[in-house]
Amino acid sequence: MAIWLDHRSKVIVQGMTGSEGRKHTQRMVMFGTRVVAGVTPGKGGSSVTFEEDPIPVFNTVREARHATGATVSVIFVPAPSTKSAVMDAIEAGVELIVCITEGVPVRDTAEFYAAAAAKGVRLIGPNCPGLISPGRSNVGIIPPNIARAGHIGLVSKSGTLTYQMMYELGDLGFSTCVGIGGDPVIGTTHIDCLQAFQDDPETDVIVMIGEIGGDAEERAAAYISEHVTKPVVGYIAGFSAPEGKTMGHAGAIVSGSAGTAQAKKRALEANGVRVGHTPSETADMVREAMRALRR
Amino acid sequence: MDLYEYQARDLFESHGVPVLRGLLARTPEEAHAAASALGGGTVVVKAQVKVGGRGKAGGVKLARSPEEAEARAREILGLDIKGHIVHSVMVAEGADIAEEYYFSVLLDRAHRNYLAMCSLEGGMDIETLAEEKPEALIKVPIDPRSGLDAAKADEIVSLTGFAEADRDEIVRVITLLGKAYAESDATLVEVNPLVKTGDGRILALDGKVSLDENAAFRHPEWAHLRDESLDDPLEIRARERNLNYVKLDGQVGVIGNGAGLVMSTLDVVAYAGRRLPGHPKAANFLDIGGGANAQVMADGLDIILSDPQVTVVFVNVFGGITACSEVAKGIREALKQLGNRATKPIVVRLDGSAVTVGRAMLEEYAHPLVTMVDTMDGAATKAAELASAAMGPEGHALHDRLHHGEQAPDAACEGAN
Repeated sequence: MAIWLDHRSKVIVQGMTGSEGRKHTQRMVMFGTRVVAGVTPGKGGSSVTFEEDPIPVFNTVREARHATGATVSVIFVPAPSTKSAVMDAIEAGVELIVCITEGVPVRDTAEFYAAAAAKGVRLIGPNCPGLISPGRSNVGIIPPNIARAGHIGLVSKSGTLTYQMMYELGDLGFSTCVGIGGDPVIGTTHIDCLQAFQDDPETDVIVMIGEIGGDAEERAAAYISEHVTKPVVGYIAGFSAPEGKTMGHAGAIVSGSAGTAQAKKRALEANGVRVGHTPSETADMVREAMRALRR
Repeated sequence: MDLYEYQARDLFESHGVPVLRGLLARTPEEAHAAASALGGGTVVVKAQVKVGGRGKAGGVKLARSPEEAEARAREILGLDIKGHIVHSVMVAEGADIAEEYYFSVLLDRAHRNYLAMCSLEGGMDIETLAEEKPEALIKVPIDPRSGLDAAKADEIVSLTGFAEADRDEIVRVITLLGKAYAESDATLVEVNPLVKTGDGRILALDGKVSLDENAAFRHPEWAHLRDESLDDPLEIRARERNLNYVKLDGQVGVIGNGAGLVMSTLDVVAYAGRRLPGHPKAANFLDIGGGANAQVMADGLDIILSDPQVTVVFVNVFGGITACSEVAKGIREALKQLGNRATKPIVVRLDGSAVTVGRAMLEEYAHPLVTMVDTMDGAATKAAELASAAMGPEGHALHDRLHHGEQAPDAACEGAN
């Protein structure tokens, strides 16, 4: 079992006819993800062919869902249209929405997150790389060939640090890797992933990657001490970030004394989570944790 | 993006929020003219800086005539307020203040909604109020779908306990501020103080506004709000080329892909440098993003090599969407364009997509300045060593003098704890 997705999940791609959507749909189809429909308003009735299989395009998610029974939607539309795309997916009754788009205004995200939460729809992102269970399912843009299937669960705010950590631990392998995104407001949090990994029988050790900004890591630390019995290893990026500067991700900013990497590291360590100084050192800690379990 | 007080005032006015008249002045003469334009009576001359505590620092002064306004502006312009130099003042009408209140609405990241805060005790800074008199600060969560509407404003006003006579007007003003917050894609609108004047008017006297840069595409009017005089020239150049760059104060120029990996790279460099003479650190943050091509890489390298503080460049790429071959091509391209202006060593670590091709290209190129190292930690160590060596004994001594007692090297990365 992987979390939230399996190889049977049928997937809709919103924005499949655009260049990013097309490129990543191609990758997902090659991996074996069951992409069953695309949605682009105004292009309904057409189709796009991947690996010799035409995938139909619909005007709305409702039509796509009705025709295919898909339960997952991944969104590649540009930021100005993202809110209406996500609302379309929520209203159509999709169960899992993965929003890859970067640069979405936080007001739009706050509104569509509230709508998703009210309907019990799981939203991952925005501004995230998606999620992958190596060998089984892949929705988003995470390269499928970095790591094999295994028993490490990974949750990260950052895409490239996800890839780096998957690469470091590629031989041990992962149950599921979730990139939750680096925006100030995101749908699925570290805590949601920790909870899912704790409940997932295939996950033995959890790696949690955080970065400066907000207090999600501190809250995750408190959650770990109360609810997580599996070993958790942490990594935090942004010790060198100056106050008041946005470091790439819209949410990665130290405001006054709030949101610092030091505070996050301390909170995690105070709750028994080992935190590495570098991604490689963190990976070594994960290896040790896995070895300790096998003894 | 944080606004200056005068920009916040203008934004409030454009949404119908009652404010006093205020004019921006960049010279004492302009302050004289502004005071005359406001009627020649009593005005307040206020330093325009994006930092709190300007009153205590002598940045706010009363003037009873245009001549006095000019003199006060002369005193305030050029002041250093907590490291912020005053380049302009706002000359504002004086107000007969009877009472000072506090109001703000902001993005609450943790709860993923908005939070309105209100208090009958305005004027002091909000952190102090929240700490010393938490019971005097009303907090009301707001559903982003409905926003801060009249009904919410009414609830806030009731909970805060404003006098019955002022109620309707304060509800009206708060509703307008809520509208300004939503329509201008703000993440913070703070009015401190919100005042009641002797003749019973409610006014937003001082405002703080932060705008969400992700929403810039639907706000063409923001183009003139950015104050580039505050930015580092290299940051401006990088922005013109659509590069995500932040200037820092170390010696190792960093280029990477993905915000998280680049942040991590800065930390790993500091961690590697903590035991070396001079404690070298990163000179910048530069994220060339996912799917970057050779030109983006060349642009990035060009910016970094033109930073005089940089003595070594560290290119750290994990190719997810970015192909390492493109990165290698970009390095080659940049070095070709720069010719003999390129004099700084470049440490390169490539992994991920098309890594074999990328590494082979750089090996074949065999540029004397380029060193490839296989791992991120190893490459960071190499870059830090080169930077440390480039500082020489004088650099180390200077660094030790500058930083003596200020900050232990480990504090930058909590490294050795």
